[in-house]
Amino acid sequence: MPNGVAAQADPHEPATGFGAAGHAHAHHPALQHHFQTLEQQHEASTLGMWIFLVTEVMFFGGLLMAYLLYRVWYPEAWSEGSLELDIALGGFNTVVLIGSSLTMALGVRAAQTGEQKATVRWLLLTIALGLTFLVVKGFEYHHKWELNHIPGPNFSFEGPHAAQVQIFLSLYFALTGLHALHMVIGCVLMGVITWMAHKKRFSPEWYTPVELAGLYWHFVDIVWIFLFPLLYLVDRAHQLS
Amino acid sequence: MAGHISPKSTYYAIFGSLMVLTAITVSIAFVNLGTLNFPVALSIAILKATLVILFFMHVKYSSRLTQLICGVAFFFLFVLFGLTLTDYLSRGWFVAPGGTTAAGTQVTIGPPVEPVEEPAEPRDAPGP
Amino acid sequence: MTTTVLPRVTYLNVKYGVASWLLTKDHKRIGILYLIVVAIAFLLGGVFAAGLRIELTTPQGDVVSADTYNRLFTMHGVAMVFFVLIPAVPAILGNFVMPLMIGAKDVAFPRINLLSWYCLVIGFIFTLAAMVFGGVDTGWTFYTPYSSSASNSNVLLTGVGIFIAGFSSILTGLNFAVTIHRMRAPGLTWFRLPLFVWALYATSLVQILATPVIAITLLMLVVERALGFGIFDPRLGGDPVLFQHLFWFYSHPAVYIMILPPMGAISEVIACFSRKNVFGYSFVAFSSLAIAVFGFLVWAHHLFVAGISPYSAMVFSFLSFAVAVPSAVKVFNWTATLYQGAIWWQAPMMWVFGFIGLFLIGGLTGLFLASLGLDVHLHDTYFVVAHFHYIMVGGAIMGFFAGLHYWWPKMTGKMYSNSLATLAALLVFVGFNLTFFPQFILGYLGMPRRYHVYAEEFQVLNVLSSAGASILGVGYTLTASYLIYSMFRGAAAGKNPWRATGLEWQTESPPIPENFSETPIVTEGPNEYSKREIKVA
Repeated sequence: MPNGVAAQADPHEPATGFGAAGHAHAHHPALQHHFQTLEQQHEASTLGMWIFLVTEVMFFGGLLMAYLLYRVWYPEAWSEGSLELDIALGGFNTVVLIGSSLTMALGVRAAQTGEQKATVRWLLLTIALGLTFLVVKGFEYHHKWELNHIPGPNFSFEGPHAAQVQIFLSLYFALTGLHALHMVIGCVLMGVITWMAHKKRFSPEWYTPVELAGLYWHFVDIVWIFLFPLLYLVDRAHQLS
Repeated sequence: MAGHISPKSTYYAIFGSLMVLTAITVSIAFVNLGTLNFPVALSIAILKATLVILFFMHVKYSSRLTQLICGVAFFFLFVLFGLTLTDYLSRGWFVAPGGTTAAGTQVTIGPPVEPVEEPAEPRDAPGP
Repeated sequence: MTTTVLPRVTYLNVKYGVASWLLTKDHKRIGILYLIVVAIAFLLGGVFAAGLRIELTTPQGDVVSADTYNRLFTMHGVAMVFFVLIPAVPAILGNFVMPLMIGAKDVAFPRINLLSWYCLVIGFIFTLAAMVFGGVDTGWTFYTPYSSSASNSNVLLTGVGIFIAGFSSILTGLNFAVTIHRMRAPGLTWFRLPLFVWALYATSLVQILATPVIAITLLMLVVERALGFGIFDPRLGGDPVLFQHLFWFYSHPAVYIMILPPMGAISEVIACFSRKNVFGYSFVAFSSLAIAVFGFLVWAHHLFVAGISPYSAMVFSFLSFAVAVPSAVKVFNWTATLYQGAIWWQAPMMWVFGFIGLFLIGGLTGLFLASLGLDVHLHDTYFVVAHFHYIMVGGAIMGFFAGLHYWWPKMTGKMYSNSLATLAALLVFVGFNLTFFPQFILGYLGMPRRYHVYAEEFQVLNVLSSAGASILGVGYTLTASYLIYSMFRGAAAGKNPWRATGLEWQTESPPIPENFSETPIVTEGPNEYSKREIKVA
């Protein structure tokens, strides 16, 4: 043994920054070196995604607080504003999005059972439904733009509560816009996951990305489950107007 | 690494329930329930969200920690809503001698002061 | 035959080059990267503070205009709050030390850790751009409708900058929470964790739950200003107080992000330099959680005179008194730790002594402000300014320095000059008190904050305050100097120069890239010091 070799670090060890013990054992290619086992990594990843969703709950929560206050203060404006939204398109989108949650759940299940082709099919269907939602939303926004209902310098609305209806519509665009942004991110994410599934990266031993994408997608669905009645169904019985 | 694998029938059943609940919430919106319309719609939405959370997101079969995290998120959301509303809902309950309803109003003791007439000029606020 | 001694591989020399730092996934390097950004922000914030104190030596507005003064105190607040106090202890010391303390190789998500550093940097660049283009004059609190409609300063740029920087905090909190839950070494149960880790865990709860609310609030402000959306606009029937509710829902818990980790560092340093366990370990651990949770319930004490209802003001006042209790628990327990301990007067401990007294004053004066009647008189006066500087500078910054001086040998492998460090601590303590104690008196006498002019009779106290600020500046400059000097000429520290307990002291200084050559196994609680142990080499 040559003397003068540094006592601590093994000089033959590649200085990668991780993995001190040497790679004598075979490990799953997806296992990152700072984790001991795939199980630990999976638990950490899932916990991380759940905590991220908690931050998203609080993120939307601020907007919902504003909504809540002004609904209490301006019930008539809320009624008028809500009646301007197309309940048929909103309802259709609700069905589409809940449907996409179903296809997503089935996609995760297919990954759990190792059905690779089914996984890809369910994920593609989820993306298709997500894009459908976004297209319909685009039509709704366009219609609002045509009517000059977009808040700002060009806003115009006939009615005694126009100013507060502008607040309603500001919150409508903020809430649905933020939601739509999350949908876009979700579709991109799904695209990546679908590609990975297509490349046969997943197996019953490791399908964590599909699971995490699923959690994200369901969260976005849950936000819409609340937004739909809060925005579209305020006063359909015409009690206030 | 085995997570709980739900049978497909569970997913279809939950989807079916969600569709039924959506139909209910839309149709009941057209019924005049007075002040109950809002809580009813909200309750149905909460029920739908619960089904998605428990079954699509597998929280029913997840660890205590995951369930705790779900609970914590909603708890703090309700802290935000609830404590803020303690302000807004209780405004107007208290009226100080000078007529103001806000906390922290300084009340001076002495004869009433004549209010000064403000000329009503439009305030031009520069835009962003 | 010549033999070559290979230099020991550490996280510092394992790879050289800018790219190896800017693309690192090593939590230790990321901690150092944060140190650089925070130091720059601290310098910037200090320069703005100097501008303020120079103006305030005379009662007239003779150095800067009112508008410039507004921009100075706004940028001072923004730089110090969002780019120094929020990231300092968690992102610098927490990043470096926490994985070592729990025997892990890294945090749970190293790439997200790097991303959170970039979020801070990009946010800082936006904020710097705003400063270059003339700054913001709304106060760091951005109250509407001034910030959303009337101000013609760079609100959008700063708002976006803080929004992005907020993700740094969120992602750090997420990373730390998962790491502490899932990556502890075998045998390291929750109640064997060092108190610094408990503090970081409690902080992560706040980072995760509170920061998104200010993110959305700033976003609402930005769309209102940029697109003309009406959410807070009173001309449409919007409520400016709603902005204040949403803003402070984050910004009050944020002060617990700023103080909890330094308190954790204080616990570690007190234990080591009293050669004792922290008295009432589980009380201190639970008090961190209690502060984190209770801290969410008190925010409207910032709105006492904003027009909220008196009944809700009473509720928040009561809750604000309650949140002081867990902090008091900590102070009692630290004091009890010192009692009959073998005090070892080294530099980190000097900062601790400064901390305890100053945090006590800051905390107690918070109770003054929590009393509704007193707050009516003291709100928006220098009393408030003095209160929060006692907590933030006397508390958080001193706690940060205590931790920095404690773990510096571990981070750099070098020792700094203990006598210079002691001198710096004394200078900072004296300078700090001279700067801020007069401000309690000024506030009580009625001098309002955020004004560049003041009544003649306040001048003497203001001059004392400005003099103190110069001493403070000297103290900080001295600290930076000997710390930087030690990196090049300091004596080698060795594994455990403080003879401290804790896993971080069982590995090299500076550590090897993967932290430990073998995963440690933990068999005892933290801070198991005994009086028989040799305290000085």
